[in-house]
Amino acid sequence: MDARRGSLPVPRVRQVGFFTPNAQPAPTRSQSGPPDSSSPPLSDSPASNSLSPVMIPPPRHHSDNLAAAPRPTSPLPVPEPSPFRRRGADNNNALLVGSYNPAETLLAMSPSSSHVGDGESEETMSGGWFRRSNSGKLASSLPSGTFDFSPVQSTAEALKPNKVQNPVGISEVSARPAPKEQQPEAPSSSKQPKPKLTKAERRALQESQRAAKAAAKAPGGGKSVAAPEEVATIKSVKQHQTQKKDAPQVAVSVAASERKGGDKSQEKERRKDAPAPRMQFDDKSRVEKAKRRSVVDQTEAKKRVELFRHLPQYEHGTQLADLESKFLQLDPMHPAIYKVGLQYLAGDISGGNARCIAMLQAFQQVVKDYSTPPEKTLPRDLTAKISSYVSFFTQCRPLSMSMGNAIRFLKNRIAKLSPSLSESESKSSICTDIDRFINEKIVLADRVIVQHASSKVKDGDVLLVYGSSCVVEMVLLHSHELGKQFRVIVVDSRPKLEGKALLRRLVAKGVHCTYTHINAVSYVMHEVTKVFLGASSVLSNGTVYSRVGTACVAMVAHAFRVPVIICCEAYKFHERVQLDSICSNELGDPDAIGKVPGRMDVNYLNDVSNSGNLQLLNLMYDATPADYVSMIVTDYGMIPPTSVPVIVREYRRDHLLI
Amino acid sequence: MDFQVVVLAGGTSKELVPLVSKEVPKPLLPVANRPVLSYVLEQLELSNLKDLIVVVEGEDAALRVGGWISGAYVDRLHVEVAAVPEDVGTAGALRAIAHHLTANDILVVSGDLVSDVPPGAVAAAHRRHDAVVTTMLCSTPISGPAESGSAGAKDKIKKPKRFNIIGLDPTKQFLLYIASGAEVEKDLHIPKSILRAVGQMDIQADLMDAHLYAFKRAVLQEVLEQKPNFHSLRQDVLPYLVRTQLKSEILLNGTPQAEENGHEKFTSRGNQAIISQILANASTPRFHEVYESIHNGSPTAQRTHKCCAYIASNSKYCVRLNSIQAFSDINRDVIGEANHLSGYSFSAHNNIIHPSADLGSKTTVGPHCMLGEGSLMGDKCSVKRSVIGRHCRIGSNVKIVNSVVMDHVTLGDGCSIQGSIVCSNVQIQERVVLRDCQIGAGFVVSAGSEHKGESLARKEK
Repeated sequence: MDARRGSLPVPRVRQVGFFTPNAQPAPTRSQSGPPDSSSPPLSDSPASNSLSPVMIPPPRHHSDNLAAAPRPTSPLPVPEPSPFRRRGADNNNALLVGSYNPAETLLAMSPSSSHVGDGESEETMSGGWFRRSNSGKLASSLPSGTFDFSPVQSTAEALKPNKVQNPVGISEVSARPAPKEQQPEAPSSSKQPKPKLTKAERRALQESQRAAKAAAKAPGGGKSVAAPEEVATIKSVKQHQTQKKDAPQVAVSVAASERKGGDKSQEKERRKDAPAPRMQFDDKSRVEKAKRRSVVDQTEAKKRVELFRHLPQYEHGTQLADLESKFLQLDPMHPAIYKVGLQYLAGDISGGNARCIAMLQAFQQVVKDYSTPPEKTLPRDLTAKISSYVSFFTQCRPLSMSMGNAIRFLKNRIAKLSPSLSESESKSSICTDIDRFINEKIVLADRVIVQHASSKVKDGDVLLVYGSSCVVEMVLLHSHELGKQFRVIVVDSRPKLEGKALLRRLVAKGVHCTYTHINAVSYVMHEVTKVFLGASSVLSNGTVYSRVGTACVAMVAHAFRVPVIICCEAYKFHERVQLDSICSNELGDPDAIGKVPGRMDVNYLNDVSNSGNLQLLNLMYDATPADYVSMIVTDYGMIPPTSVPVIVREYRRDHLLI
Repeated sequence: MDFQVVVLAGGTSKELVPLVSKEVPKPLLPVANRPVLSYVLEQLELSNLKDLIVVVEGEDAALRVGGWISGAYVDRLHVEVAAVPEDVGTAGALRAIAHHLTANDILVVSGDLVSDVPPGAVAAAHRRHDAVVTTMLCSTPISGPAESGSAGAKDKIKKPKRFNIIGLDPTKQFLLYIASGAEVEKDLHIPKSILRAVGQMDIQADLMDAHLYAFKRAVLQEVLEQKPNFHSLRQDVLPYLVRTQLKSEILLNGTPQAEENGHEKFTSRGNQAIISQILANASTPRFHEVYESIHNGSPTAQRTHKCCAYIASNSKYCVRLNSIQAFSDINRDVIGEANHLSGYSFSAHNNIIHPSADLGSKTTVGPHCMLGEGSLMGDKCSVKRSVIGRHCRIGSNVKIVNSVVMDHVTLGDGCSIQGSIVCSNVQIQERVVLRDCQIGAGFVVSAGSEHKGESLARKEK
């Protein structure tokens, strides 16, 4: 075991997946190595233990010491991958746990049945075979699931939460004919009674854990050099892919141990990073307070939709005029900020990327024109200023999550400015940071996404897009430039009819298009081969938060077994978890529902809108559950929706450190 | 906010002839006992615009205006008074002070605007659309005394002359066509290109140019320089900009782009193009952009500019003091329906009587009236809907209805004044009956005379 570990690049370790502080190092778990001579037949397939592109935390282990783990309980023969064999110096029949692939989480709650579903997925030939060889092993390994380590618990109950919380690395499960390669079909596992340990065994377990901890601490200090390439390059050939994937896995396991030391500081950091709790607009006292502070005069809507009371519901229409009239009276507001705020309010700028860019550019202007007032320090004063601008923006239009991320980044950069810098230096450094954010997180990210996504567009495809997403548009145009023959169905919805502008641009470029409204989506879905959607944000449970109607399109596509591909830059990922579109959403102008765009005089609801028992609801966003999403194309590669938290966790730090 | 304000105060306007004089140039004409210029200045002050350039026609007038401003606003506003020769027109006046202009955007306000529309609103609309010029439009005021039945016929003759034809796009944000009354004879010429680009144009005749403009400085200076024969902002510069908005002859892209390239050196051109593309796609395309993309292909080379309009809502008050009729209307409104403008607090009877004013017995001052300080009124007088200035001496049995009486006026017993304007230092002897008259400063109306619809002024020189 030790020899093995020595050979492994231990410092190349990231903390990925779920780990616990006192985890044991499990570098040996990797199957990437050549099959060991002693390893059982299974090892001849290197892909046997394939994980999803994103690394999966190998389970924690008592497995080392599970000498007495009741072999017989595993219903199938358990082929053990080589490394485990090795490590079992003291207990050679250790149960391996590492290979647990939670692929089945999506599909089935009952793990035992899940792999049946997997089998249908035609594209995973490999999945097919390795399942055969592997399932037994997994079945046995599962009980010692990733989460629970000290008391070896493997009841179904233990398993379930595990699944819910461990979306990492979940592969595509549905039986779609999508050409998605990143999916390692993992066989499922079955529940197993928890192995009984004797006293001696338990002691041995403890001791070995302790020893492992100590061992892990020593090398674990090295900075984790993650392998984002691995994630990003989830590429075609499955064999290769699986091999590659193993590497991160190795990393993962060790990472767990490394984690412990840095735990406290991380905790702190996280607290700092955590966004302030969202304002609940049904909390009267807080609303009052906010009102006093606010710049924009907002008259509360007369008829508020009961279910959405916690969201701001204001009369639309009066705000713009009101704000405009105050234009010159608000002294501390920078004109650039004001301009962008007005544009948000008037709806001149919409779309996540554009809003974010506009905001950042306004901040850049602010920073440029900024001079530190006497007796104040730049980081503090500027942060306070930016906060006030942000609250102004929020009043103009609730911020999107991506903007929240950008603001967090900016504030972090300001806070981390070295105090030795002169004012002009720090200003220029902030400006540079903003530029880099725009370029790297948005522009370059878009380019990468376009590269990835257009590789998915094949000749003869019929692509369905919904609304108007700038990345999706770029993908379509790029694919068109590459000379691919495909057709686009632009699905649109009232009241904004954003698809019209997209349609116009596509048609101008010579793309064959069909335009329809969302009412007809089930009709057009017959001929569609792929659905491309944009997103306002992707949450860490894989939920896609996007323009209202997206969920509907995705659901219909799912029902028709059409792959749904979400294009979204990674800076829009958010660690929040949201299960519905109620708790956090944005309400648009309710009157827009009854109006016909371009015809101010027509309002079909005019006669009834004043009656007391009618409330108009114009939701702006909805949440698409991860089940309907086949793949998310992001700047780190093409990932399943379940890998979002990994990206969030792993790259958030980079994000801040750009 | 990076706006510079130019107040075009004017000088001795010909249209207001018996009212204005060498002593009282137009900016100092009292409206509810305050110079009309103060309404503009106060509105600007409310908007935090404290650095102003006031342009006055004529040296004399400039001296007087400057004297008044320095007295009234000594520590509130930072005002530069610039004198320009008479008859240079509004464009000429701006041309004369063009070298003083430094800010990115210039707000040009006419000094005779009595309005409660915040100038910030125009500025905001201007900024939001990144326009070259934004003008404020307000609905044409209903002229003439409200209850005048006989004046109806007269109005009908007058009205066609005052027609302003204003073409707006369907969203009512962009100005597509503008022609003021004088130019419109029988036919309108609307450029086809604009009509085609917009698709639909709303032509409105009930709007009036309020003479409150926001200009991009670079553009304004360039236009003034290139077209030396432009005389008036309203009649030359604005229509020119509106007409050429789709085939702009002014080089807009010179300055702003150079700036951008300056601070984003490290970003490659490609990235910038993508960013601007993202921004452009995200915003609702205006007809300008649509037109450009059709005709030029590349949206980067800007060949169009935007002319915006800010339409003041009907609830706002916005009138220009550019005629005698407007003068009496404004006086009536400022103490009447738009009394928040006057800055005075009204009594329970809805009128303002200065505490030092002295009223005789059985004298009634009705609502919507104003009586300046130190004025004396005899017995059994009746004042309705009128403004009376300071230190007037009014005899007994005098009726003043719908009139403006300025300072230091003496009215004999038994006078009846209706719908008239009496300037300062006028002496009106006993039993004079005036109806719809304007009496110039210092004039003496002899006892017992009756005048109707006349304009009386002292022969000068």
